Amino acid sequence: MSDTPVLRMESVRKTFGGSVVLRDVDLEVAPHTVTALIGASGSGKSTLLRCANLLEEIDDGAIWLDDEEITDPRADQDAVRRRIGVVFQAYNLFPHMTVLENITLAPRRVHGVPRAEAEERARELLERLGLGARAGEYPDRLSGGQQQRVAIVRALAVRPRLLLLDEVTAALDPELVGEVLTVVRGLKEDGMTMVLATHEMAFARDVADQVCFLDGGVVLERGSAEQVFGEPVEERTRRFLRRATAPSAS
Amino acid sequence: MTLAKTESGPDGADDDGGTAGRDGAPTGPDDGYTPSARRIERERHRRARARRATAIAALSTLVTGVVLYLLVVHAPGWPRTKETFFSARYAREAFPKVLEGLWLNVRLLFVCGAAVLVLGMLIAVARTLRGPVFFPLRALAAAYTDFFRGLPLIINLMIVVLGVPALRLQGVTVDPVLLGGTALTLTYSAYVAEVFRAGIESVHPSQRAAARSLGLTNRQALRHVVLPQAVRRQVPPLLNDLVSLQKDTGLVSIGGAIDAVRAADIIVGRSLNYTPYIVAGLVFVALTIPMTRFTDWVTARMDRRRAQGGAL
Repeated sequence: MSDTPVLRMESVRKTFGGSVVLRDVDLEVAPHTVTALIGASGSGKSTLLRCANLLEEIDDGAIWLDDEEITDPRADQDAVRRRIGVVFQAYNLFPHMTVLENITLAPRRVHGVPRAEAEERARELLERLGLGARAGEYPDRLSGGQQQRVAIVRALAVRPRLLLLDEVTAALDPELVGEVLTVVRGLKEDGMTMVLATHEMAFARDVADQVCFLDGGVVLERGSAEQVFGEPVEERTRRFLRRATAPSAS
Repeated sequence: MTLAKTESGPDGADDDGGTAGRDGAPTGPDDGYTPSARRIERERHRRARARRATAIAALSTLVTGVVLYLLVVHAPGWPRTKETFFSARYAREAFPKVLEGLWLNVRLLFVCGAAVLVLGMLIAVARTLRGPVFFPLRALAAAYTDFFRGLPLIINLMIVVLGVPALRLQGVTVDPVLLGGTALTLTYSAYVAEVFRAGIESVHPSQRAAARSLGLTNRQALRHVVLPQAVRRQVPPLLNDLVSLQKDTGLVSIGGAIDAVRAADIIVGRSLNYTPYIVAGLVFVALTIPMTRFTDWVTARMDRRRAQGGAL
């Protein structure tokens, strides 16, 4: 059972109007592993994540979550999304709710967890991420890093099978990036299965079990972190990594 | 909007300090700072300029007032106009009657206002429903808003208040107050529905995406995430429509309901003096002013919150 991939994509194709955003994409994510998607802006990383969560409908191919084909039109999309947590680049916290309300919304309304229990778990998670004192605040009173950590807690509160992180540090000031990456590292140690799109190459190299380099909607190169970062085979990968890791690039 | 607030959150706390120091009072940090001669001189200049501006405003208001007064008083028809529109005797006679009638307007405002908010919300939500099943509902809601926003209120009132009784239907009321209230509700629901719809559409799609990604159904996302934000944003335009509804309750008088306008009408018909209309008009203005001020206050407060970086 444990070797069934949590997420499997086969020949996924996605177009927006006339442009092909994902072309024949295959992907397998084993349980308790971290997959990093790297590539230039517009290479299809975010679209891939949005397709995995059914926020976008794919044109062709298939996606499985555990053993269930979630791209089958007969699948219950709401039930699928309940098992997948997503953290967005722009946090997307609900501005009219306190931190605690943001986090307990889905457990209470979707999973029917009693209020007291949902709040207890939320406070526990906030405490662990150093946000215990912020439970009653509104998101606009928090820094970007704090908001993103709340967004991570919100996604974790429903105990997802899989966590998707879409450029979670891209909107943050450089000095706030570290606190969010530390949280993601902690999640890896807890055994959370994750797929993350990122521009933080050092982080990807450090945390990822599998790295996929996307270029023009195609997975051009994939392998372990050492392989892709250490001895990239493709010329385009080498060129991308040179630019992305150059000191001046940051 | 959600993006823009990122950096302004922590800054919000500094705002109070900034405004408190503006009038020169030493409310700043306790670090032994004494204002320089340059600062004191600048502040003196600013105060002098403010005094001059106030004086000019007062003078220009006075001059405008005097000119308008002279213009009206020296108009050839003024003595006659004064007698027919501004008669103290008829004002005294009309005032209690008009006030009595006004109570009906106030009740109409509350009942119709509540009905309009509920109906408007239902129509707005109906217009945002997706899926082929809801097509008739969507089309109906769209047709409703198009029709009643275009139909002049006075014609709507006449059709409902005069037309419905003419049908002589069993069990349907002929009470001009109920019918007039119905007509008002029909028209204003269309306006308010559009206000709500604009609010719903102003909530960024990423909010819905976040809600759906948590497993909320479309309906739950609307109920818990989209509508609360939409309604909060639309409070100022909604209050504006309620102010408008408040004065339009005066139109139910065309069906014979004895409200403030009709009470004035009765005296005018008997005396051929128009003063009661002026009285009724002023009473309506007096009634709407608190509401208008309240609207301004709410709007200003929300603008301030937004300026501080709140997405509300």
